[in-house]
Amino acid sequence: MSALVPQALSIRLQGCAKTFRDGTRALESLDLSISAGETLVLLGPSGCGKTTTLRLIAGLEQPDAGGKVFFDDTDVTTLGIEARKIGMVFQSYALFPNMTVAQNVGYGLRILKMPKTEQQVRIREMLAMMRIEALADRRIDQLSGGQRQRVALARALAVRPQALLLDEPLTALDARLRDALRVEINQLLRSLGITTIYVTHDQAEAMALGDRIIVMSHGRVEQIGTPREIYHQPGSAFVANFIGSMNQLRGVVTPQGFTCSAGCLNWDRSGVAERVLFRPEDVSIVTSSEFAELTGVVKASFFMGDHTRLLVDVGDEAPITVLDDARCPQAVGQKLYMRVAPLGLMSI
Amino acid sequence: MAYRKILFGMQLGLCVLVCVFLILPMGLSVIAGLTNNYFVGLDSGLTLRWVLEVWGGYHDTIFRSVWIALACVFVTLIIGVPAAYVLHRSPQRLARWLEELLVLPIAVPGLATALALIAMYGGWGNLRSSWLFILIGHVLFTLPFMVRSVLAVLGGIDLHTLEEGGASLGANFTQRFFHIVLPNCRQGILAGALMVLTLSMGEFNMTWLLHTPFTKTLPVGLADAYASLRLEVGSAYTLLFFLMIVPLLLLMQAIAQPRQKKFELVEDEVVILLSESAKS
Repeated sequence: MSALVPQALSIRLQGCAKTFRDGTRALESLDLSISAGETLVLLGPSGCGKTTTLRLIAGLEQPDAGGKVFFDDTDVTTLGIEARKIGMVFQSYALFPNMTVAQNVGYGLRILKMPKTEQQVRIREMLAMMRIEALADRRIDQLSGGQRQRVALARALAVRPQALLLDEPLTALDARLRDALRVEINQLLRSLGITTIYVTHDQAEAMALGDRIIVMSHGRVEQIGTPREIYHQPGSAFVANFIGSMNQLRGVVTPQGFTCSAGCLNWDRSGVAERVLFRPEDVSIVTSSEFAELTGVVKASFFMGDHTRLLVDVGDEAPITVLDDARCPQAVGQKLYMRVAPLGLMSI
Repeated sequence: MAYRKILFGMQLGLCVLVCVFLILPMGLSVIAGLTNNYFVGLDSGLTLRWVLEVWGGYHDTIFRSVWIALACVFVTLIIGVPAAYVLHRSPQRLARWLEELLVLPIAVPGLATALALIAMYGGWGNLRSSWLFILIGHVLFTLPFMVRSVLAVLGGIDLHTLEEGGASLGANFTQRFFHIVLPNCRQGILAGALMVLTLSMGEFNMTWLLHTPFTKTLPVGLADAYASLRLEVGSAYTLLFFLMIVPLLLLMQAIAQPRQKKFELVEDEVVILLSESAKS
């Protein structure tokens, strides 16, 4: 399979900002390097500039004056998308309704003026890779969402692009299909070793696919890191709250630890902290007050299937979230004793 | 149940009544064209005499009308399709204004447009006596039908993203236009072309003023025949016109069938345009 991608490409953005004609600042000046073969995920809520960044890399948008885009060491800033030799998968797939599946997949080859017989071979190869050989002669409006997704990927990869850009490719699909295709795309990208930039607002997708994740908000990069870094060492309050669920307690650092309204946490780090953050999975429920660091009252309980999610009032602004047993959870109104794993504590 | 049946019966009755009201004159006209003596009635016997007479005397107007209609389709295709594409892509308010302005030749009475054309270009060389003069009038009148019809289809597809998709696969503007844009507006282009063809063929208002004795079109000849010859001859002429136009209309319907969803838009546009043209 790796023969599909002759040579992976490294991509570099240098001082790329984007202001739209109506004056909207979509992207603040951005410097970014993507190494060859890497899968980079741009993650953030809508309007955060992630799609704009992707379109700058694709050549669908031009950066403001001064910004430059490099493919390896070549400056491609002024090149249009036609000349950048990248594969792109659009959120709406952008499949051509006037062509069959096979014609869609072969369109890039037709533009390259590849001999017909070679085109046929390549098309069959791509359809086989995406396991949609049976659909070759279908019209696009005869395909399901998941099938369209596969055709779009096959079409983008057929020309053996230097890099693959995906703009929210799974957003239009229902949850089950999204999970299945996520796994499939992950395997595909790993086996191809192609440089990939993947835009999504879904953190689970980002975690599963990305070698590195860039979290963006309001046209700015909040944090760049591996999924583990982003999850366990969020660089800002925004990242902490955007990725997964996060509990927050206000208090002061005392000789005993971090003291808050619900108790005292084991805090031996130097420096001042006005609030600490920790994830629900780092909270454990203990049976007696003797070992408890925090005390609270269960306010609400949600059965999630594999666990129960408790909202616990600890006298702070917002209740904290605690994970509990699926079969015999604590009752609402019950007093709860908790400990927090010291490694799970963060301050920002 | 009984109530619904009565209601259905009444609706059917009204429908049949309206159809009879509209179709009967046409049927009579056809029969008149095939009858030996209309005032005597069918007893006088059926004949093709009048049809042949019309063919002998007026076949040049028929060929001219077909020729002008085809030329009109050609010109509106060349101008109208790119115009619709540009209007669709252009976000400016100016584009919306232009779109509205395009409809003016339909809203303004054909006679007024024709007078303006004659006043302005009547003295240009031999233009006044050329069939091209009529073609210009017809293009003015039919262009909005082509543009609107293509625009309606364009409004129903996300052409911008499709083009970006094409570009990402290396296609340049020309390739995108011919591989992606045109095939995806095929429905609108076909509908527009047939509409232009039939409208041009039947156009009388403007042509009445624009024509010269050497550039008579079918509808003008028809008016002549009714005004100066026997009723049977005029009717035979009408019959010939039907023979030409009905297949076209049927074809239009046939094209409208397969992709109902996209066509609803086109039909809405057509209804608006027709009601506007009825005003003039």
